[in-house]
Amino acid sequence: MMIVAEGLTKSFTPKAGDTVHAVRGIDLAVPRGEAFGFLGPNGAGKSSTMRMIACTSPRSGGELRILGLDPDRDGVQIRDRLGVVPQQDNLDEELSVRENLYIYGRYFGFDKKHCWAKADELLEFAQLTEKAKAKVVSLSGGMKRRLTIARSLVNDPDLLLLDEPTTGLDPQARHVLWDRLFRLKQQGVTLVLTTHYMDEAEQLCDRLVVMDGGTIVAEGSPAALIATHSTREVLELRFTPGTQRDAEPLAHELVERVEVLPDRLLLYTADGDETLDRANQVGIEPLSALVRRATLEDVFLHLTGRSLID
Amino acid sequence: MAIAPTPRPATPTTYRLRMWEYLLRSWRPYFASTLGEALIAPVLYLLALGLGMGSLVNRNGTAALGGVPYVNYIAPALLVAAAVQVAMGESTFATFARFKWNRTLWATTSTPITPAQALDGHVLFIGTRLLISSVMYYLVLVVFGVAGGPSGLLMIPIAMLCALACTVWVLTLSASIDDDGPMAFNILLRFVVLPMTLFSASFFPITQLPWSIRWLAFFSPLWHGNELARACTLGGLSWPQIAGHLVFLLVMLGSGFLMARRRFTRRLVI
Repeated sequence: MMIVAEGLTKSFTPKAGDTVHAVRGIDLAVPRGEAFGFLGPNGAGKSSTMRMIACTSPRSGGELRILGLDPDRDGVQIRDRLGVVPQQDNLDEELSVRENLYIYGRYFGFDKKHCWAKADELLEFAQLTEKAKAKVVSLSGGMKRRLTIARSLVNDPDLLLLDEPTTGLDPQARHVLWDRLFRLKQQGVTLVLTTHYMDEAEQLCDRLVVMDGGTIVAEGSPAALIATHSTREVLELRFTPGTQRDAEPLAHELVERVEVLPDRLLLYTADGDETLDRANQVGIEPLSALVRRATLEDVFLHLTGRSLID
Repeated sequence: MAIAPTPRPATPTTYRLRMWEYLLRSWRPYFASTLGEALIAPVLYLLALGLGMGSLVNRNGTAALGGVPYVNYIAPALLVAAAVQVAMGESTFATFARFKWNRTLWATTSTPITPAQALDGHVLFIGTRLLISSVMYYLVLVVFGVAGGPSGLLMIPIAMLCALACTVWVLTLSASIDDDGPMAFNILLRFVVLPMTLFSASFFPITQLPWSIRWLAFFSPLWHGNELARACTLGGLSWPQIAGHLVFLLVMLGSGFLMARRRFTRRLVI
């Protein structure tokens, strides 16, 4: 097991204000080679959990073992074998791309020759070889993110922690990044990532937990979560914002579960086309209709009654 | 990955040195300009204050200065003040940026390097910078013929001690403040460092001041540094006085170092 947590909690008291209970007792078990995800909205406790796993934040309570070791006692030894991609890039913008990798390798105690060779290898992995001598400040957001991920690999980590790896990137940059992460996964690196993007979780994670308010509200593979907490298909009926409420009572007669969003109704059903026909029959007149497969977004809506990205 | 990891005989000292190495590398682009400044600034000060203003001072008699020409009187203090300036530059905005703006210290402490070792690396780096700039300053004083005899060389470690004693407390500040950083540094530089430079027997003996403010100098690390540095070139201090000044600076360095270590840890381990 790479990570084992039992009743893990984290509370802190800001300078001015009441104690915040960021993580309220979670259990985790992540085996070697798995791609494991924390899914949840901002403030769910994902990042606090990640910092505890990264051994840069002591736990407030409960049990935690990383790589079989205790973070409170063996933090140095654990961090030596981790790769960490923080939510906010913290590259040295005044050093070159290659120097950033080199210096990070040096932090882990490697000799100079190894660090330069490793830097070149990782530049290739991150598709940044042409930018090797450029200062980081001149890179695009996607390139910086790739460099941060490359940097996290200087010590060939047993466990790679990625805190919102693609937040703030354009779609193309996200796909390039996913491709890199997928390669790592195929090489057998254990990935642990947080995200509030459903598609990211479905693309990358073998298994995930849905966090909300500092607790785990569901756990399983993306497919299993969808099977347990949603129907197979979703019928989306779009309305002029505000008028969707008028159709809500009728929709409730068609299916068991209806979610109301600002401009549409989501009808959870095993057969979307059949439900659409019946909706037309009972006189619901949406601007447009769409039948799609259920996603983790639907799971999240069901579990928390809220949308992931507000 | 293709490249196999090599054995890593890393000890806590390795990690401290790696932090130091990073800071040296970050400084490298500025190396030439800081060396240039380290040579030009003392020349300007010695010409303007030492020779220019000194000619007026000397005309009125320098009995209060111990009977030496004004330029000889201020030369050791200029060296110490320059060291304190260098230390301030490194421990205020530059260090604060690593916590707050570029956040590179958070990257550092995600590795086996601990916050305390990161602090050690900072002190080591600032010490290195102080050594280089103080040696340069000393050489300029030699050229001007105001560096005293062989014991004048001791001005270098004294300036370093004095500047480091200040730096550890400023590092403590940099690790403690958040959004109010720039404001805190402006207050520090204008209302603490500047008055300290003016009223610590840098340009005139504190005996020229009334007791109502003279006693403040006793709490100024710069005054202790100035007195010691001046004793290296001009003499005039008894052994107990020397011991007293040294103890003050060493206690300030030691206590500030422990405080800075605690603050670095508190900031980076949350």
